[in-house]
Amino acid sequence: MNADRITEKLNILADAAKYDVSCASSGSKRKNENKGLGNASNGICHSYTEDGRCVSLLKILLTNHCIYDCAYCVSRKSNDIKRAAFTVQEVVDLTINFYRRNYIEGLFLSSGIFKDADYTMERLVLIAKKLRTEHKFNGYIHLKSIPGASDELMHEAGLYADRLSVNLEIPTEAGLKLLAPDKNRQDMIEPMQYLKNEIVLHQEEKKLFKKAPMFAPAGQSTQVIIGATPETDQQVLQSANYFYRNFNLKRVYYSGYVPVLADNRLPALNTSVPMVRENRLYQADWLMRFYGFKVNEIVNNEQPLLDLDIDPKLSWAIRNLHVFPIDINKADLQLILRIPGIGVQSAQKIVSARSYGHLNWEQLKKLGVAINRAQYFITCKSREFERRDLTGTKIKQFILAQSASKYLKNSHTQFSLF
Amino acid sequence: MTTLFYDGTFESLLSVVFEIYERKLTLVKLQKGKWYSTALFENKLNIITNEANTNRVLKGLRQKLSPSGLQQLYIAHLAEIENEEATLIGYIRYVFDSAQNIEEDYGNRYVLRVSEIVRMMRREKHRMEAFIRFQKLKDETFYATIEPDFNVLPLLIKHFRNRYADQKWIIYDTRRNYGVYYDLHDTQYINLDFSTISKAGDIKTTFTEDEGIYQSLWQNYFKSVNIPARKNIKLHVRHIPKRYWRHLTEKI
Repeated sequence: MNADRITEKLNILADAAKYDVSCASSGSKRKNENKGLGNASNGICHSYTEDGRCVSLLKILLTNHCIYDCAYCVSRKSNDIKRAAFTVQEVVDLTINFYRRNYIEGLFLSSGIFKDADYTMERLVLIAKKLRTEHKFNGYIHLKSIPGASDELMHEAGLYADRLSVNLEIPTEAGLKLLAPDKNRQDMIEPMQYLKNEIVLHQEEKKLFKKAPMFAPAGQSTQVIIGATPETDQQVLQSANYFYRNFNLKRVYYSGYVPVLADNRLPALNTSVPMVRENRLYQADWLMRFYGFKVNEIVNNEQPLLDLDIDPKLSWAIRNLHVFPIDINKADLQLILRIPGIGVQSAQKIVSARSYGHLNWEQLKKLGVAINRAQYFITCKSREFERRDLTGTKIKQFILAQSASKYLKNSHTQFSLF
Repeated sequence: MTTLFYDGTFESLLSVVFEIYERKLTLVKLQKGKWYSTALFENKLNIITNEANTNRVLKGLRQKLSPSGLQQLYIAHLAEIENEEATLIGYIRYVFDSAQNIEEDYGNRYVLRVSEIVRMMRREKHRMEAFIRFQKLKDETFYATIEPDFNVLPLLIKHFRNRYADQKWIIYDTRRNYGVYYDLHDTQYINLDFSTISKAGDIKTTFTEDEGIYQSLWQNYFKSVNIPARKNIKLHVRHIPKRYWRHLTEKI
């Protein structure tokens, strides 16, 4: 093994892959039953980079040679950068040796498109197959499905990979036309549709025959870039909601655009990464998936943008004060989940604990409720609660005054008080 | 107030509970070790683990708790946090004094505290599953050292056995000076004598040749995936507290 050459390739191809934010290694149920190497179940973040993101998988491109010229992508054809390509064996060796040392949960393999879609997809599938069959590797494998690849290849990919993903990249079709003129949204949706049907089919089969093969057990995901094109949060979240509903996606990732290229269709190079907006979008995404909120409750025509200075749940509560106060000792779990300052875990604990006796402020605090936010919206076993008839704006002011908001921390402008 | 001395094991803790009920003690304090004075102080007692007593208490706990409830109590005991014996005793007494199963009664301070300790243990266990870094020795054994905040090594065995079924491995807790060795068939607890390998050079020669290459590849990879435009050191350190760095290949 030529250590220097591999090091250089790894640097180039890891650097090019890092803008893909997905690093999940959870959701699969692959067991180590053949006395081979590894398993995949709940997901582990083995390390964290200095930007605070999790490192769970060996995330690399097979190559950064690409026939496309998408404006937002570092690997685009017209960009003058160093190009490299791994051999199949190199990727296999890196994965196995990193995995054995407990550096990673598995492999995330993507690629620039060289020659054509099928040629590229075939090589990705070959690596996954080699790991699974020759090396008895049961760790996590996430493959990119290359838009335009044949159904046979997609099928084979599903048999070896835990998760497959196609990146939509731009939330709307118009934005995609502008930044990636050679790409076609329909080409991205087709493999998603095919995989969705296959996954459902295999799940049905699995119910009937225990021995039926697994097919992409961790499902599909996608990614959209935020801030490269002028979509509103309403457009972004509605498109996410559409894909969650129609394609059974496990995750939609929101990636704040990092300016890497000078192009007059894109934000200028010195624009800062929209990290707070990205954070608010993830919070909204969680509200849709785990808290029972409908997308229209979070963003709608009157409120097309998410509040940057407060989280979307608090924002919803302030717009809907007529729902509150909620009695913590009586309300349904669904309603408790809607109270600002109470997460899924505390909500479940409250419901278990209150069957033994009514809860007071002290107990709620110990259960993990953020009282500074929740106090304006609840009553409990106590005579003391917020009796004043506060307006939404007042509540927001009180809460912001007490907390170090992410919004204020990341903003570089000075705020004057008057 | 009666002070009860026990040997620190879970079995012995259960024997203590038996004595408390047997002697109808109300106010008790638990302490690890032995009471050596021969003078007969009525309020100091040595508890000797008695298998029959332990089993009786265990049987009672099994009737009143779900298997996972009992498991949580055991994990809380493993944490070995100083002066938390009162919590464990309080929890067990609450279990026996209540008519129904109380393991989800988070309004009770003992139940809540046990759930907090269990959460701390689970987090430390999960961190170890993430942060352990093996190095490959010449005899194909993968070796890792750890210094966890709590004694979580016994909880790690299942995970690593399932995962690395086809490689020999050792995980060694240098703070508590014991380890686990997996020889492709079984795991066993081991103690290593480090006095024989004193020079750093000796250790280096015991690793395989490609060990250094993969370590530097991993360090390179770790640097390449960072996005400088999004730098957030505070978040970074919150995820990997500094005390873990010395065992992490990418942070050395």
